[in-house]
Amino acid sequence: MIRYESVTKIFGSGQEAVAAVDDVTFDIEKGDVVAFLGPSGCGKTTLLRLTNRLIPLTRGRIIINDRDIMSVDAVKLRQSMGYAIQAIGLFPNKTIYQNIATVPNLLSWEEERIEKRVNELLIMLQLDPDVFKDRYPVELSGGQQQRVGVARCLAADPEIVLMDEPFGAIDPINREEIQNEFLRIQGNLKKTIAFVTHDIHEAIKVGDKIAIFQGGKLIQYDTPEIILTRPKNKYIADFVGADRALKVLGLLRTKDAMNTKPRNIIQSSTDARKVLEFMTDHGFKHCIVMEGDKPLGYVTPKSLKHKNGLVRDVTEPHPKLIRKYDTLRDVMSSMLMHDEYVLCVVGDTGDFIGTITMNDIQRSILNVYTEEEK
Amino acid sequence: MHVIEYITTHKELCWRLTLEHIWIVALALFLSIIIGVPIGIAITRNEQAAKKVINTANILMTIPSIALFGILLPILSLINQGLGKVPAVIALVLYSQLPIIRNTYTAITNVPPELVEAGRGLGMNNWKRLKEIEIPLAVPVIIAGLRTAAVMSIGIAAIAAYIGAGGLGVLIQQGIARVYEEMIIAGALFVSLLAIFVDGGFALLERLLTPKGIRIGRELSR
Repeated sequence: MIRYESVTKIFGSGQEAVAAVDDVTFDIEKGDVVAFLGPSGCGKTTLLRLTNRLIPLTRGRIIINDRDIMSVDAVKLRQSMGYAIQAIGLFPNKTIYQNIATVPNLLSWEEERIEKRVNELLIMLQLDPDVFKDRYPVELSGGQQQRVGVARCLAADPEIVLMDEPFGAIDPINREEIQNEFLRIQGNLKKTIAFVTHDIHEAIKVGDKIAIFQGGKLIQYDTPEIILTRPKNKYIADFVGADRALKVLGLLRTKDAMNTKPRNIIQSSTDARKVLEFMTDHGFKHCIVMEGDKPLGYVTPKSLKHKNGLVRDVTEPHPKLIRKYDTLRDVMSSMLMHDEYVLCVVGDTGDFIGTITMNDIQRSILNVYTEEEK
Repeated sequence: MHVIEYITTHKELCWRLTLEHIWIVALALFLSIIIGVPIGIAITRNEQAAKKVINTANILMTIPSIALFGILLPILSLINQGLGKVPAVIALVLYSQLPIIRNTYTAITNVPPELVEAGRGLGMNNWKRLKEIEIPLAVPVIIAGLRTAAVMSIGIAAIAAYIGAGGLGVLIQQGIARVYEEMIIAGALFVSLLAIFVDGGFALLERLLTPKGIRIGRELSR
């Protein structure tokens, strides 16, 4: 756990003194990822650098696991934490192996243990140890270097990791991928992570909580849901954007919005005319056709009109099948792209588990907002 | 080709003077490294000191060598070393300081800041960073400074013959005194050849001591 108590950092003195971090108090719980968010110059990076004493505190205290950081030797303190920066800073004169082994070497681990650990990390970050171990940083792509940077900061298995825009230097497509990987790894490792970013999307995606700064002050410290639905003031509302309802979609998963017991379902072996009858009786405009437990496609009254034989033959396949953990943002995007407002949700084996409609999505957003208001 | 005739008939002398020349330059270079490299590294921690030191070295460089020998003469006479190899080596050490200190300083300060930041953040102390990152990356540029210093010293050492330091300058000086053209040319030839060899040697050393990761990067960007 990291506890910030009235942390203040003043640069310069006298008339030119500027409070880069101004009386900031909050806790980062063990195992949480906290995104430090804000525009440049808001103090987020300064706060991070105060945490491992790269710059000295002016006032206040930072307490890590019940110990004031000022009571620990600065070099030892840094060795006990992971540190990754936007510029990556891999040592060009060292191989990938030696780069990752930096902190274990400083801690004088045995060679065998270091080797095991480096291999483990490379595999975890999906870099083949046999291919990459003896290469030099210049031989790697930006994304690969970024991964090595992450591996290096995790090398000695620190409990606390400080990351300063660690994925800032990669292109958007690779960034998305490495963020997903980061979340997957963090899901297993459960490190306590302070993560500086200026990208609201990244903050929402990786943060268990978000700390938003302005002019050195902590303005709001909450979960992404609350920040999006209940911004504390206009600054934060502006910062998270007018489209914050859309951003909420990135937080919600299909499983929370889907309809698990839709009634507009028929088996593919039913007669087409009976289906049309069934649909007009119930006023359905859309019907899911099932082949056993798997969704085959859908029919509409229009596609059934004047058709004989089994419904299977007139069924149109779904353009896309949705998974339980897809975000509503992705679902809605699929809907808009395919001009199709009812989609089937399937499990890992492809079995039908429900449907999701534009209405379901709308309702779940409204739910989030009304819940917050209560 | 009277020059070749001169050389073949005075083989022993030429060889002895060449070795003497190498000895003076090598000793001076060795002392210059011991003094210049640590100074170059030390001043990277203090910008004010760096300016002063580099300015001083710059001024030293502008003193003509003959004048410097003249200045050293009365000072070193106090310890009875006004003439000979001692003032020669001291002068060469003084001249070599500028290229060595400046290159060392520039090389270390040019190490990309993100490497220093990463090193600090990971918990490397000053000494570790210097040893494992800053110096290895600076080595090629430091060697380039030594190269300049060495080549320059070979030339200046020839002038030191006037204060009785010996070396290949003897051939030139006596050749002039005796109006003995072949002797002058032989001396000049040996000095030039020596300079060319040493220059090539340092160029090779520079390449060999460039960290592999940097060399690969250069080849890739070609």
